[in-house]
Amino acid sequence: MATEENKIAAAGPVAKSGAQSDSQQGFVYLPLIIGWLVPGAGHFLLRKWYRGALLAASIMGMFAMGIAMQGKLHTNPHDILDFLSLAGDLGNGLLYVVSRLLGLGAEHVQVTTADYGTRFIVVAGLLNIIAAVDAHNLRTGRKS
Amino acid sequence: MTHFTAVLLFALFASTVFGITMRETPMRMFRYGVYCFALFAGSAIALSWLMFLIAR
Repeated sequence: MATEENKIAAAGPVAKSGAQSDSQQGFVYLPLIIGWLVPGAGHFLLRKWYRGALLAASIMGMFAMGIAMQGKLHTNPHDILDFLSLAGDLGNGLLYVVSRLLGLGAEHVQVTTADYGTRFIVVAGLLNIIAAVDAHNLRTGRKS
Repeated sequence: MTHFTAVLLFALFASTVFGITMRETPMRMFRYGVYCFALFAGSAIALSWLMFLIAR
């Protein structure tokens, strides 16, 4: 007697592609966008609670450390390095926007720890982009 | 905060994200995270000693 698993195995690629299309229903970029706006939220959306919590703690922690060290939030880029730093900062999503609105971060880097803090903020943004892309890969089934 | 503390915190946060995003199973995530942390911290210590010896 054929079981359900045997039927799916016998159906082969057709059944597999059907399962893949099921996992791609809806707006597949939602975890990517939500994960970019709020660190870890893309994973929460996909019910990956532990991964999301660890990602959120790491990225928000790094951003908060950067702000606490009087790191600079880039605003008006003047050269190519400033543009790249601004791109990294924007990777933090709403954290960057809210921090700008609250006036957090230093205008100028004057002490050594502020330079560390500036790098922390940029790298937190880049890590958040990696995390958001990971959420997108989970959503599309490219990663489990 | 000292420079070394900043290095350790940076390594901890970055290796956590790398571990979760680059591997699929929890055990492999953990092992890859530890590996990245060791590389971050170890290379910082090795380069620090190298610069110290060059500066002498």
